[in-house]
Amino acid sequence: MMSFRLVPDQTKVPFLSFRKTAMALSGFLALISVALLPTKGLNLGIDFQGGTMIEVRMPGDEADIGAMRGTLNGLGLGEVALQTFGSPTDVLIRVERQEGEQEAQLAAVDQVKQALTESFGDDISYRRVEFVGPKVSDELFRAGAEAVLFALIAILAYIWFRFEWQFAVASIVALVHDVVLTLGVFSLLGLEFNLATVAALLTIVGYSLNDTVVVFDRVRENLRKYKKMLLVDLLDRSLNDTLARTLMTSVTTLLALAALFIFGGPVIRDFTFALIWGVLIGTYSSIFIASPILLFLNLRAESVALPSSTEKAA
Amino acid sequence: MLRFSSWTIGSIIAICIVGLVFSLPNLFPREQMERMPSWLPHQQINLGLDLQGGSHLLLDVGVDVVVQERMEAVADDIRRLLRPEGVKYRGVGARGDATSFTLVDSSQAPQALDLLRQLNTNVVTPDFEIVETDGARVEIRLTETAATQLRNSAVQQSLEIVRRRIDEVGTREPTIQRQGAARILVQVPGEKNPDAIKRLLGQTAKMNFHLVDQDTSPAQALSGNLPAGSILLPAEEGEGADQIVVRKRIEVSGENLVNAQPTYQQNQPVVSFTFDNVGARKFGNVTKDHVNDRLAIVLDGRVISSPRINEPILGGSGIISGNFTVESANELAILLRAGALPAPLTVVEERTVGPDLGADSIAAGKWAGVIGLIAVMVFMAFYYGPIFGLAADVALLVNLVLVAALLSMLQATLTLPGIAGIVLTIGMAVDANVLVFERIREEARVGKSPIAAVDTGYREAMRTIIDANVTTLIAAILLYAFGSGPIRGFAVTLGCGIVTSMFTAIMLTRLLISTWLRRSRPAMLPV
Repeated sequence: MMSFRLVPDQTKVPFLSFRKTAMALSGFLALISVALLPTKGLNLGIDFQGGTMIEVRMPGDEADIGAMRGTLNGLGLGEVALQTFGSPTDVLIRVERQEGEQEAQLAAVDQVKQALTESFGDDISYRRVEFVGPKVSDELFRAGAEAVLFALIAILAYIWFRFEWQFAVASIVALVHDVVLTLGVFSLLGLEFNLATVAALLTIVGYSLNDTVVVFDRVRENLRKYKKMLLVDLLDRSLNDTLARTLMTSVTTLLALAALFIFGGPVIRDFTFALIWGVLIGTYSSIFIASPILLFLNLRAESVALPSSTEKAA
Repeated sequence: MLRFSSWTIGSIIAICIVGLVFSLPNLFPREQMERMPSWLPHQQINLGLDLQGGSHLLLDVGVDVVVQERMEAVADDIRRLLRPEGVKYRGVGARGDATSFTLVDSSQAPQALDLLRQLNTNVVTPDFEIVETDGARVEIRLTETAATQLRNSAVQQSLEIVRRRIDEVGTREPTIQRQGAARILVQVPGEKNPDAIKRLLGQTAKMNFHLVDQDTSPAQALSGNLPAGSILLPAEEGEGADQIVVRKRIEVSGENLVNAQPTYQQNQPVVSFTFDNVGARKFGNVTKDHVNDRLAIVLDGRVISSPRINEPILGGSGIISGNFTVESANELAILLRAGALPAPLTVVEERTVGPDLGADSIAAGKWAGVIGLIAVMVFMAFYYGPIFGLAADVALLVNLVLVAALLSMLQATLTLPGIAGIVLTIGMAVDANVLVFERIREEARVGKSPIAAVDTGYREAMRTIIDANVTTLIAAILLYAFGSGPIRGFAVTLGCGIVTSMFTAIMLTRLLISTWLRRSRPAMLPV
């Protein structure tokens, strides 16, 4: 045997029979996510909240976070959050948005630098300084929200154009599901939500949709091939037909992402985590959410009534 | 699907070769590339500031200040026009884009309006709307067009001044561009300490020479006895007082400066300056008429020096001796040479990455890329066997080469998220091949001959590949349109990766596999 199979040839997994369980589970998780957003909230990064972030490499083998916190909290700059970042010598300092004009924000950076130099010497290297003013952060937030919204609308339009409306509705439900659950996991774990996260969200949307479209393509093909088959069986068959590909692509993508997560450095670790989560949730949703919705929307009746509209457009 | 015209084969090979040639410069250090013959492609992928280190500063141009200043000038014009003609008025004031006043005698309204008509020097497209309400109140409002034009030119001018100031510092390859209506984006690679640049850009550097009002002391001014033609200004340290009263009238403006250099006088850092002809004449007249008076040098509303005029200075050059350090004297000289900003700039966003973090990120990205690539290639070869698996692996490698070539040709900027995008496309690029191979397996299973199975496999998978990739492409395009900086870098590599992976899967692997099929005519597919 020169090659192997991830799944045996011609599986007959009755995916659709899990639809109630899957719907209940997803509904529950989505509900928790939605509940988390106004209560626990998202850990908004400076991109969306304004403020200052400084990454420093402290001299010696390990940074004394406690002492640094003591020094910086005495400056009267409001909340100063510290965490090690990547290696024990590297510390990420976040200073909340200061009252007053831009000058106040910039002065805060100088104050932090000065205080650190006084207490810990000159050998501190400032690896990164990021400052986002309140006006810019509001704009970035709006642009990010718009990007996600427009992506969903553009995709909806494309699917509508290429398939019947049921497919469009089903894929959008699956995408909203993915986005909501990703937001939920970010809120739950307190991961920083920033511009990169929005990029990750859009990539997740693209990936999940990619998966869903492959399944839907097969559903459409099978609808033409097996005119008498029950819709449940037909959807199950389509999912099984594409199962090997679905898993294979998830595995290769996850392999690459795992390499990025482990070796890609701390700056993009949260970003990579979001993508890994997205691949998992996107694969799940295209099997257990998108296809069952086709069943709920009673796809068969219409596509039989309009056989010509499903002729090959490509 | 398995027949290729020789023209198609030629194009596929040509694309791969062109890709290879254009991606090669990235393997060499930049200095080495510059010594290569000029007919070779030289363009390398631009590294974003997060990878090479540098500062990204987004500056807001205070355009409203310019409008306010314009309307204050109108207030002066109103006084100048109405007073000599005996038109009585009160409460002249500028607010936002309008200046208004009240006539003491409303019967003078027609005369006032007639005089004010001179404000509109351009008759075809007047700058001002002059409105009179309830007989006595007159409002002069800047028209929308004129206001936009004023703001626009303030931003353009600021852009020019910012460019000059940064060039003066001698930073390599800065990017200075306008962003949106009233913002300027400054990107300086490799700058370890952006504070110097921020200080340079943080001053409007309007310098004017005024006479000190020696009849009024600061204390008198504070108690309300400030003459109409004078103003109380804060003074730099070393001027003897915290505040100094100066005459409002500008004797010589900084606009007349042609040169300024840092130098030393009695071992103290000072700034020497030279006026143009007009400036030199004005400066000569003032110093001649006011020997023994004090001259105030006012920079951005602060008196930086107020020397006594010992003798007329007729040569058109002089020295500013203030409370300078070597550094601040040099900075002031730069500011004076580059000219004053029409409006104040504020930093609204800053992202500075040190070169060492950038280098760490590149190293980490390379590692992740190589390991991800090997993992995926081994997995593919193992999973689809030596023929199909290796064909997909070749496609994957060519895909990376093409992405590198595209990024070099487009001169796109590679950022850390961009590297993530490339690693992600390594995983996703095989998807198109997976779709085809799985389909071929299916067709072979239902008993089709190898050639028929491969043929149908490609035919059936094609539509799915296009549908699936277009959706991801939509996401990439939107990311590019709405994203900024690093995120755009991610969108670019993702988009390039999708396009090239469609080419390698649909054209290249198909060519490889069909060639193999025709050569070896297998009875069974090793897939």
